[in-house]
Amino acid sequence: MRAPIRFSFALRALHWLMALMILAMLFIGVGMMSTASDARRWLYDLHKPLGVAILLLAALRLFVRLTTKAPPLPQDLPAIQKWAAHASHAVLYFLMFALPLVGWAMLSAGGYPISLFGSAHLPPIAPLNAGLYAFLHAVHVSLALGLFVVVLAHLGAALMHGLIRRDGVFSAMASWRRGRF
Amino acid sequence: MSQRLLPPAAVLAKGALIGAILVTLTGLFVWAAGWLSPSRVSPGRIVDALETHNGVHSGARRAHEKGLCVAGYFQSNGQGVALSRADVFAPGRTPVFGRFSLGVGNPHSPDGVPGFHALALSFQQGNGEIWRTAMDDTPIFPVATPQAFIDFQLATAPDKATGKPDPARAQAYLAAHPETRAFMQWMRDAPFAASFAASTYYSINAFRFTDAQGQTRAVRWSFKPEAPFVAVDKDKLAELNKTQPNFLFNDALTRLAQQPMRWELWVTLAQAGDPTNDATRPWPAERQQVDVGTLVLERASLEDDGPCRDVTFDPLILPSGIAASDDPLLAARSAAYARSFTRRAGERPTPPSALSDDPAARSVLQGAR
Repeated sequence: MRAPIRFSFALRALHWLMALMILAMLFIGVGMMSTASDARRWLYDLHKPLGVAILLLAALRLFVRLTTKAPPLPQDLPAIQKWAAHASHAVLYFLMFALPLVGWAMLSAGGYPISLFGSAHLPPIAPLNAGLYAFLHAVHVSLALGLFVVVLAHLGAALMHGLIRRDGVFSAMASWRRGRF
Repeated sequence: MSQRLLPPAAVLAKGALIGAILVTLTGLFVWAAGWLSPSRVSPGRIVDALETHNGVHSGARRAHEKGLCVAGYFQSNGQGVALSRADVFAPGRTPVFGRFSLGVGNPHSPDGVPGFHALALSFQQGNGEIWRTAMDDTPIFPVATPQAFIDFQLATAPDKATGKPDPARAQAYLAAHPETRAFMQWMRDAPFAASFAASTYYSINAFRFTDAQGQTRAVRWSFKPEAPFVAVDKDKLAELNKTQPNFLFNDALTRLAQQPMRWELWVTLAQAGDPTNDATRPWPAERQQVDVGTLVLERASLEDDGPCRDVTFDPLILPSGIAASDDPLLAARSAAYARSFTRRAGERPTPPSALSDDPAARSVLQGAR
């Protein structure tokens, strides 16, 4: 069987949609923490439903990723770079789940409602406890800053593949063609 | 697919382009986070101003430090349904917990010092939504904007050298803020309330109510007590602070041990032109008011093990049917409460409340059990 040269169309669509959402989410997150102006209110009201949407899409994406065949990395890529690619992808998947879940648990522990839109809201998933809230808050912030750094590394590596190595790694994700070959 | 080698100059140029993209993105991120803008009115700056003014009392709220948890219910009479589609206004009961507090700057302050007497409430609607409100016993607020709040705190903070506020600084602030002078005059003229049970508590800010048809109205609200107002002679406060430093909280505990406390919730409807973005300006007294139900507080518990300690009474925690107005203080209160919560929640272990050391308070609570 021939190895695919591109990710499946569904995975490519999910990747670019989520890339936009996650980047927006990182900026919304630090922005809403930085201001006591009215902007904070609508940034915060956007942050929660967007986080839930990312969590749901991450679950869908992991399913698609595990059930479709991914294109292999170039054979001439140094082992350390291959390792870095796999490790950073694992970290990205982990954070796509961990950040929304920690945020949800943090709001639960702090007694905040997890309101989405209108009267729609999610139930708490952690007990009311200020100490737990403080801990989860620190974890949420640290993971978010960590995610920004990994996103930068991911973007830098992708551009390096696309512009300098030109080895097909970039076009495996950045292509509008329907097929995988 | 194997790579096609580029000339070294092209590799350098493209490497520089990639670097520029990453640096730009990082710069935007740093800008969004406010790390380049120390003058931005951030939640941290508001809480820093409070800490400069009040000192840091580890584990305690950064404002309204001294408090007591209370619980009961709200009995809606159904009149509010015409104003807001929030569940809490449908006829029937909604469970409530809350907190009496004093805006006095220190969790161990005696009760008889000038400052807000406050009631904060959390309504747990049957559909899972929550309505929180933190109210003061003054119909007007001393400042209209977050920046003025910071300036007021800093202008009246103790000077590092003398331990007392610098009169020149306070005068300079007050000269520029007639609304704060008006508030201070109001506080001087008003009698000192002798009981949490007998004060009227005001929403501070304007909000918007939206009914089932989608019509929106600007409102303020107030909880008017059933108990007749009682005052303490202001000349006797110093003596009372020595002999019964927790006299207000002990009064609340004693009253609740005997019978529930009640307030009527009145919603005031704005007319065109009434300020909704300025908490320092009252609305005309003749504005229509609608009585929408009764708050009944039945029980008290110390903050040490009560339901009110581990939450913030963020005025933007609102159910569908109640929304923020254009008052800039609302987002600032929400932001500052959250930052205060994050700071105090991280300070472990939480120190015991002032009331837990008071034998009078303890004996009333044990009698009530």
